[in-house]
Amino acid sequence: MAPLLEVENLRIELTTRDGIAPVIDDLSFTLNAGETLSFVGESGCGKSMTALALMGLLPDKIGRVASGKIIFNNEDLTQASDARLREIRGNDISMIFQEPMTSLNPVFTIGEQIAEVLRAHQGLSRAAAWAKAVELLDAVRIPNPKGRASDYPFQMSGGQRQRAMIAMALACEPKILIADEPTTALDVTVQAQIFDLLTDLRRQTSAAIILITHDMGAVAEMAERMIVMYAGRKAEFGPVDQIITHPRHPYTKGLISCVPHIVSDMTEERPDLIEVPGIVPSLKDFGQDRCLFASRCAYVTDKCQASRPSKKLFSNGQIADCWHAEDL
Amino acid sequence: MQFLQTTLIRIFYAIVLLVAVLVLNFSLMHLAPGDVADTISQSMGGADQELLDRIRSDYGLDQPFLVQLGRYIAGVLQFDLGFSFFYNQPVTKLIMERLPATLLLVVTAQLLALFLGVFLGVISARKPNGLTSHFVTFMALFGYAAPVFWTGILLLIGFSLHLHWFPVAGMRDVTISGGFWVHFVDVLRHLILPMITLASIFLALYSRLARATMMEVLGSDYVRTAKSKGLSQRQVVYKHALKNSLSPVITLAGLQFSAVISGAVLVETVFSWPGLGTLAFQSIIARDTPTILGILFFSALVVIVGNLLTDIALRLVDPRLRGRS
Repeated sequence: MAPLLEVENLRIELTTRDGIAPVIDDLSFTLNAGETLSFVGESGCGKSMTALALMGLLPDKIGRVASGKIIFNNEDLTQASDARLREIRGNDISMIFQEPMTSLNPVFTIGEQIAEVLRAHQGLSRAAAWAKAVELLDAVRIPNPKGRASDYPFQMSGGQRQRAMIAMALACEPKILIADEPTTALDVTVQAQIFDLLTDLRRQTSAAIILITHDMGAVAEMAERMIVMYAGRKAEFGPVDQIITHPRHPYTKGLISCVPHIVSDMTEERPDLIEVPGIVPSLKDFGQDRCLFASRCAYVTDKCQASRPSKKLFSNGQIADCWHAEDL
Repeated sequence: MQFLQTTLIRIFYAIVLLVAVLVLNFSLMHLAPGDVADTISQSMGGADQELLDRIRSDYGLDQPFLVQLGRYIAGVLQFDLGFSFFYNQPVTKLIMERLPATLLLVVTAQLLALFLGVFLGVISARKPNGLTSHFVTFMALFGYAAPVFWTGILLLIGFSLHLHWFPVAGMRDVTISGGFWVHFVDVLRHLILPMITLASIFLALYSRLARATMMEVLGSDYVRTAKSKGLSQRQVVYKHALKNSLSPVITLAGLQFSAVISGAVLVETVFSWPGLGTLAFQSIIARDTPTILGILFFSALVVIVGNLLTDIALRLVDPRLRGRS
């Protein structure tokens, strides 16, 4: 079966004060129907840019798809017209944003904000759209959905707003749901509830999920495959369980050892938490012909500084862009 | 329910404020040297002390200040603002004859400035470096910098004197006869130039502010959400973004209400518009204290009602304000 979404050699350029920076540099991946694929990496690695590119929502005049294809249902979205993209957005591909506090419009009721998606894509009448919105609020487990539908966002808690946001994204039963750090702004217990909700909803709707996060725990729990991004490039790609038990890229290794008790038992004596030293290079250094992680890497050799690592494919399906992947 | 309650509280405050304005106006006028008796005797070419005393007792000016104040307020509560010796008419009647003309001018100018200002602001916010945007910025600066009477005279010379599109002065043509619509069109033709003149100052303010807030709102997260839902550009801009960027503009419009009224005085004078402004101008020249007081009272009333309406409009636009008083 052909994958639902196929991204081929995608390159996204941002125009900055220092010139043009490739925030996404030669990214390829596939997404199958019903699967959860996770994007992991520090802030500024291009995770959100990938999401915005899939939605056709790159910032006007600043960002553009320089080359590559985004093929969804045999259609290249990078070539699609604005009108066609609007049909797809919110209908076939929808998105949940990071900040439930600011992502909902403060001056419209929750019900209206959900209902308008249904009116736009499914041509429902006002009354029918509202009734469906109430059903959706019920589906994301908001108590008293009928009453809450006429509430404004400021009358809801952070977790409830994110639930409303999810209801809005799922309104038209999209084939792909992009969740851009859906729990970053929420406290821990609410985070767990939101992930539970997403897991259940995925089972019910069979939507594929692209989960963008830096929460390795969430990745381990929710995703089948993961992509580790670094400085706009794919560092490592493969099945989640394989990568977590045996990361092949030093950056992935660093990210995993940053997280307590993914790999260790609670009873066992836990290893020290190790941080990844240094910071992500600035945009103007993106796109150089060398390993961009080299400056922070413990395994660095001259080769890393001299040329961009090529892909190393392992028999278990793991792919790592590192000169030393075999040795790790 | 809460909406009604907070609105009622606002109305109560407004009444208290109005009484305070009344007391202050009266006291200030009382502090100023000279009174009606002086002015009357001057216009008669002088009078002896006996006559002055008689005039003062006729007008109740020989009473203590507090008594006079009490009488005045009691009068105002019964819609009696005193008697104008200059016009030889009760002030209330004088003002009521002029008020509709001023209200017509002020309200239409304010609405024109608001709607056009917001519209131009939105257009220029969508293309901040476009030609329209630069044109709006230029017009805004021009409208704001040009003295309102000068703009008025310029428009008069251009459109009335040379092009003969609009009448030169007044509010209606007495030679015209006909039904309601004939008079409606007549008043409209007279209204257009003064309205544009008065609106030009505020158009500048509103379009600049609308542009700034709209640009900010267009970059906000919820606008991105609206786009991600696949809504049309029109819906994103004129529904999601616009309603959010209205609050600051409405607030400013409310604050500008008093400025609009003082602007109306100048505009009415230039266009001989038979409103309160012209009346104020004439009665100040004639030192007609009761009329001036009455006009001040009505100006305060219009400003306070304007602020009240602003308040209600803000609550309608922004649900977050509804619960607060």
